[in-house]
Amino acid sequence: MQSFTYERAASAEQAGAAVAARPDAKFISGGTNLLDLMKLEIERPAHLVDISRLPLDRIEETAAGGLRVGAQVRNSDLAADPRVRSRYPMLTQALLAGASGQIRNKASTSGNLLQRTRCPYFYDRNMPCNKREPGSGCAALQGFNRMHAVLGASQACIAVHPSDMAVAMAGLDASVETISPGGETRTMPIGDLHRLPEATPHVETVLGHGEMIAAVTLPPPPPGRQVYRKVRDRASYAFALVSVAAIVEKSGDRIRSARIALGGVAAKPWRATEAEHMLAGAAASDGAFTDAAEAALAGAVGHGGNDFKIPLAKRTMRHTLAAAVESA
Amino acid sequence: MTETKTRENRPSKTRSGVIGRPIDRIDGPLKVTGGATYAYENALDGTAYGYILGAAVAKGRIAEIDTAEAERAPAVLLVMTHRNAPAQPDFGPAVTPTVPEVFTRARPALNSERVRYYDEPVALVVAETFEAARAAAGLIKVRYDEEPGLYDLPGHMADAYAPKRTNAGFETDSVIGDFEGAFAAAPVKIDATYRTPFEHHNPMEPHATLAAWSGNELTIHTSAQTLANFRAGVASTLGIPPERVRIVSPFIGGGFGSKLIAHADTILAALAAQVLQRPVKIALTRQQMFANAGHRAEMIQQVRLGADTDGRLTGIAHDVWSATSSFEEYCEQTAVFARSLYAAPNRVTRHRLVPLDINRGEWMRSPGEAPGMLAFECAMDELAERLGLDPIELRIRNEPAQDPERGVPFSTRNLVACMKEGARRFGWERRNPTPGRAREGRKLIGCGMAAAIRPNYIGAATARVAIDRDGRVTARLDMTDIGTGTYTILTQIAADSLGLPISSIKVELGDSRFPRTAGSGGSWGAASAGSALYNACNALKERILEAAQSSEASPLRGANATEASFADGEVSVGQRSASLADLVRRIAPGGFEAEGSVAAGAATQSYKAYSQHSNGAHFAEVAVDCDTGEIRMRRMLAVMGAGRILNPKTARSQIIGGMTWGIGAALMEQTVLDRRYGHFVNHDLAEYHVPINGDVPEMEVVFLEEHDDKANPFGAKGIGELGVCGAGAAVANAIYNATGVRVRDFPITLDKLLPALPVIAI
Repeated sequence: MQSFTYERAASAEQAGAAVAARPDAKFISGGTNLLDLMKLEIERPAHLVDISRLPLDRIEETAAGGLRVGAQVRNSDLAADPRVRSRYPMLTQALLAGASGQIRNKASTSGNLLQRTRCPYFYDRNMPCNKREPGSGCAALQGFNRMHAVLGASQACIAVHPSDMAVAMAGLDASVETISPGGETRTMPIGDLHRLPEATPHVETVLGHGEMIAAVTLPPPPPGRQVYRKVRDRASYAFALVSVAAIVEKSGDRIRSARIALGGVAAKPWRATEAEHMLAGAAASDGAFTDAAEAALAGAVGHGGNDFKIPLAKRTMRHTLAAAVESA
Repeated sequence: MTETKTRENRPSKTRSGVIGRPIDRIDGPLKVTGGATYAYENALDGTAYGYILGAAVAKGRIAEIDTAEAERAPAVLLVMTHRNAPAQPDFGPAVTPTVPEVFTRARPALNSERVRYYDEPVALVVAETFEAARAAAGLIKVRYDEEPGLYDLPGHMADAYAPKRTNAGFETDSVIGDFEGAFAAAPVKIDATYRTPFEHHNPMEPHATLAAWSGNELTIHTSAQTLANFRAGVASTLGIPPERVRIVSPFIGGGFGSKLIAHADTILAALAAQVLQRPVKIALTRQQMFANAGHRAEMIQQVRLGADTDGRLTGIAHDVWSATSSFEEYCEQTAVFARSLYAAPNRVTRHRLVPLDINRGEWMRSPGEAPGMLAFECAMDELAERLGLDPIELRIRNEPAQDPERGVPFSTRNLVACMKEGARRFGWERRNPTPGRAREGRKLIGCGMAAAIRPNYIGAATARVAIDRDGRVTARLDMTDIGTGTYTILTQIAADSLGLPISSIKVELGDSRFPRTAGSGGSWGAASAGSALYNACNALKERILEAAQSSEASPLRGANATEASFADGEVSVGQRSASLADLVRRIAPGGFEAEGSVAAGAATQSYKAYSQHSNGAHFAEVAVDCDTGEIRMRRMLAVMGAGRILNPKTARSQIIGGMTWGIGAALMEQTVLDRRYGHFVNHDLAEYHVPINGDVPEMEVVFLEEHDDKANPFGAKGIGELGVCGAGAAVANAIYNATGVRVRDFPITLDKLLPALPVIAI
């Protein structure tokens, strides 16, 4: 870890300005990811601006009937919030499926969204990694890539985004509100926050330097049953091999609408829009679920070690849709 | 829950009954309140902090190393590389002349420009703070002349060679009868090849050392299982007499075999402290532990079993190919247990090694049995199915009357009793022998079992015990408690022997100034250190009685000591008795002291005349998600025959710990060696999975009552590693029973199961 200076931000505007003033500055909140990366010198900020104490730690009702989740709400508080539990149970399930109790107590909502990949080659400074060191190559492409992406990857990078929370939020059509160093705010669909790797995997989001996430807004809970299903190698404290966030609204024996997001398969939460269109109006049947799963993974490409994720994602999605319908 | 069930073995009576009681850990309160000081927590005035920089290549030489910037960095005291490290002997040949020298040989660090394995130390930075040292280490620039290395066991099977011996000095091969002929003629056979991956010990406490010199005396606070090895290894590396090295290790946060020898943290702390004339503290990071603190090597095992149609084995062959290090040989005794487990007239066991450019393997959690039984006990399950026999019945039909290769009787052997008792308790008869038939909702349910066997080792040990004028007893030995309960059981042995309450006994461990033992390893700790202490207590009692008979001040003067007993705090001789404390105060105000020893088991007549093992039977029930292939444990049972149980509570903890590692080996533990770069890819606890709370089901442990009078004076045998032996195979066999899919490539992760799992209608 390299030496760094530290300041505690007094306001969101000041925080953004403080980071914007120095190219080597970064925000820090819970630090559950950033500090680990700094110890390994994968991140080497010279200045940290602590935003964890900013008054962005409230969960508020919106006029539209949704919830506005402050960026500094801790993962454990968000998971435990009675409104989240009753209206967005999928989000609570996703949060509790992630990390450990200790980490959830520290981790912030915005930090969870902005956490970096767990690709082991990204984590080892001796290994080529385009995300860590642009142009150095991707060791995972021909290497140990069991955990890696099957959708939206590129020859430059096949890393996945490790968040569970973000997958549920994507399924819930959440939007992300940011504040720029100049104090301007903008709001974007959560699906627009992360970028696919293409040729620049080191650029992971659309945020500018010093632009800070202020809140995540959940629209009113959609009708239908919500299910978050995470598949992993052990029962707790393991990143998703594949996860499925599904909301299915039924009308009689037919599906009125469905929303599906996949985790563990791409550099961002992966919305299965094609599958959603196919399911809308379809009979709630095994055949429809299977077809939807096939459609969701139609463009998937394996890299050897992660080939299994394609059938695994299909099987998991099929059963998750069935489970959502069954209890709808 | 834990239970002890009486069987035909002779129950042993103790005077106080304190042996065999499930008393709480003596060191428990210290540990849960933070009062137990671990190596890195020791503080000495003026301590400096070291940070190791590891090699970025797996094979080659350091062409250039630029430390200038690091040396100029704030608070840096020393940057040590091969250019300026104190002289140390060369590492020497890959194989030591004798087995014990593996533990005592010099293990130099930073003494060569050669890089032998990825992340081998190439520099040490010592600074006023840990943070300063680590930051400066990041400023060192190294240029390597990289050389192509070998990292692929299956790809280099042609390089396999036969070592001269296995770990612990066993014969490399054993051949009895004509296996090939018997196998060719066998009407029913299994020929199955299994793969087990690289694994890492991953104790909770990392390897850490605080080294301090006082004149030419070196004191090392570290986390060690075996102090004598550390002392000898440090002395040979530094070229100083062992008497000038003191090792202190009273509390150890787990070892699992990775703390039997000194590693780079210890050697480099000692060297840097010498150069700087200040105490120096170094810990390996979790990531560094993967390359620098041992591992279990990747193996390929072929098991061939030939049987008559009635299930009697006619031939057994267990062939093992293991990765080893190109510069230091380590041959895990993976097939050795098979020499004692089942009867068969024709038998072969063989060990072969393939050298790779990696660090040496070390003794990991039941070396030999853990990977060996994982394969062999699955093969037995495969044979049982092919025969249409129950797996327990198959094993009963092949129960040997005596050790099948050594031809000597077993000291005790309750394998069949363990299996039968286990079957009864587990409800084995409810298991559907046809795999893939039991379903609960979307879960496939399966049950499996496996046998357990683990040799009883005794290492040479001495203990010193003293009683003072207040009747307080202090026992001292350089034994260690690596979380196993050693403090507690030694306290029980002394209390029982001397007829005193637990509260009168103080056991002091973990200091090389105390009499030498074999430390903790190979499950020999309790039996070895316990026997030494038992003998020391006997010697102490003799000394007390001699004085009691002869001393003018003794109330027992002239009594006939052959009828003496020590119980309830009193010494009784014939009809006369006196309080032990009173007696000591009167006849020896300075107290008494005595030593006792035990010889290494291998050297004893009893060890030659009897085949000594602990045995057991493991049972497991799993649920496999039919959609995702996720495997989750539902319950486990172990029934063990392991000699006399000194403390059912700590013994149970040992067994459930082993069963937990069995889950790990079967389902998740695997370190991936990148065949291009030679590095362990998943070198942290986020990516190297061990079973944690959510993965561990309800576990039941039952000890059959045994007393092995061939093993040692109090009839106990090693149990530390017995829990892992066969446990993973029981899990693997349960997965097969659940799914009908036999995965022979461990760990059994869902991706290996999934292609064969049918899609079940919703």
